[in-house]
Amino acid sequence: MNSTLYSLIGLGAGVAFILALKGLSHPKTARRGNLIGAFGATVATLSVFLYVTPTHGQDVGHSLPLHNFWWIIGAILVGLVIGVPAARKVEMTQMPQLVALFNGVGGGAAALVAIVEYLNLGTEATTAEVIFTVFTVVVGCVSFSGSIITFMKLQELMTTRPVVFPGGRFVIAGTLAAVLGVSVWVVSAMGTTPLLTLAALSLLFGVLFVLPVGGADVPIVISLLNAFTGLTVAASGYVLSSTLLIIAGTLVGASGTILTRLMAEAMGRSLFGTLFGAFTAKPQAVSDSAEERPVRSGSADDVAILLNYARRVVIVPGFGLAVAQAQHTVRELADLMISKGIDVAYGIHPVAGRMPGHMNVLLAEANVPYDQLAEMDEVNPTFGQTDVAIVIGANDVVNPAAQTTPGCPIYGMPILEVNNAANIIFLKRSMRPGFAGIENELLYDPKTMLLFGDAKASLTKVVSALKAL
Amino acid sequence: MDAIAIISIFVLAVFVGFEVVSKVSSTLHTPLMSGANAIHGVILVGAIIVADHSETNLELGLSLAAIVLATINMVGGFVVTDRMLEMFKPKKSVDKAGE
Repeated sequence: MNSTLYSLIGLGAGVAFILALKGLSHPKTARRGNLIGAFGATVATLSVFLYVTPTHGQDVGHSLPLHNFWWIIGAILVGLVIGVPAARKVEMTQMPQLVALFNGVGGGAAALVAIVEYLNLGTEATTAEVIFTVFTVVVGCVSFSGSIITFMKLQELMTTRPVVFPGGRFVIAGTLAAVLGVSVWVVSAMGTTPLLTLAALSLLFGVLFVLPVGGADVPIVISLLNAFTGLTVAASGYVLSSTLLIIAGTLVGASGTILTRLMAEAMGRSLFGTLFGAFTAKPQAVSDSAEERPVRSGSADDVAILLNYARRVVIVPGFGLAVAQAQHTVRELADLMISKGIDVAYGIHPVAGRMPGHMNVLLAEANVPYDQLAEMDEVNPTFGQTDVAIVIGANDVVNPAAQTTPGCPIYGMPILEVNNAANIIFLKRSMRPGFAGIENELLYDPKTMLLFGDAKASLTKVVSALKAL
Repeated sequence: MDAIAIISIFVLAVFVGFEVVSKVSSTLHTPLMSGANAIHGVILVGAIIVADHSETNLELGLSLAAIVLATINMVGGFVVTDRMLEMFKPKKSVDKAGE
């Protein structure tokens, strides 16, 4: 295969990626879009085996096959053996952290490619090549270590609250300054030691950058790191003279930036506030007496009676529903209420679950009809005419503190205004606060009734109690 | 490749990237992020190129590690995105499969 054909295949793959992103933006074409992207990536990978790109100092590629051919095949097989089962077997509830992890390894791969390229550059390298290589090492490492921290937060291997320590902002600023300083050193001195120092500092910066981000903002950071990784791929494309990598990386960088902004808007956050909010946030005012305050808890029978005489019920599902695998039971309850002539809707908060759209995926898995899912803007004006709002395993997305308490970590996030409904039922495992770690005043409201226990077990009891009425 | 050509490609790709995702419902934010994530797995192409260029064991070891990571990113990314989108099947086929 000659270089022209190779370049054309690369261009074709680039077009496939554009069509993939376009397809993924619309519900009907999303799955096809993803398959087009996978096809483009496969063709692009195969084309490398058929045409060998020039090395530095060579004008043309060497003859086939690739050097280290069997090693390369072996490494790809190892990647397949790890990646495919992980993607196949992951529970849908844990999918956000898997995406974070995949993004991290992508960043790590880009950084490793840049390090090898740097070792290879030699004396004839242009300054631009060195700068792009250094950029890839820095941003790739930040994306790698940052994604690992977001993974740990989502997997709850570490606290989901912002981690802020005294003088933290000076440590972060100092690390950033060191990264920039060492970058200049690497570009001017060219050597292995400065480069490894730079990689280590960049890894550290990635950790420090993500630690102060609070639980609810983690998806925004994953999206941002995703865009970062895209840019590193584009920079590698420059150094390796690969149009394909430039196009693919830039597309992901640009679309990832837009997506990050869209997500931040859906959560009512400014991007700047998300990333640097922890610097200015005061420690949360959590009253110690909170746990002592009286709450009204009821039985499944109480809930069933309340539902039986309601005309309109809105179900607000949250991550707790997914954890309890109660999607199917909640659908059973909804069907039962509909058969009794009750008007039922699901109020879906854009960031219910762990990521925007996560809840839609989980309810779709339980075959909940799409037309019963109401988005936040649709359902909010109807809470005034709603007799009962059932909040299942959700907390932060209905917390009025987001509207009333300036300075609390979720202040400004749009919420589902269940506080306007005549009655509120919370199905909760315990009084533990939500992912963002904030006390919810609504739990102490006189019109609120709490039903403690596993969401699935509680719902099953409510269903049988309602059937008996 | 000359600088002007590269800058042109870069700038045009930025605008295409902005345009294609400017209007997306929040339902699709997660699959879209995951799909874009899989696309940057094509760094695999770069990893294979540097593995081919590797002359020392250190270089080869690092580039093979890059190939493993990039493959996980690319293949795992597309598979998990497909699994998410599988949930959004049209209603008829869902009922047929009915649980």
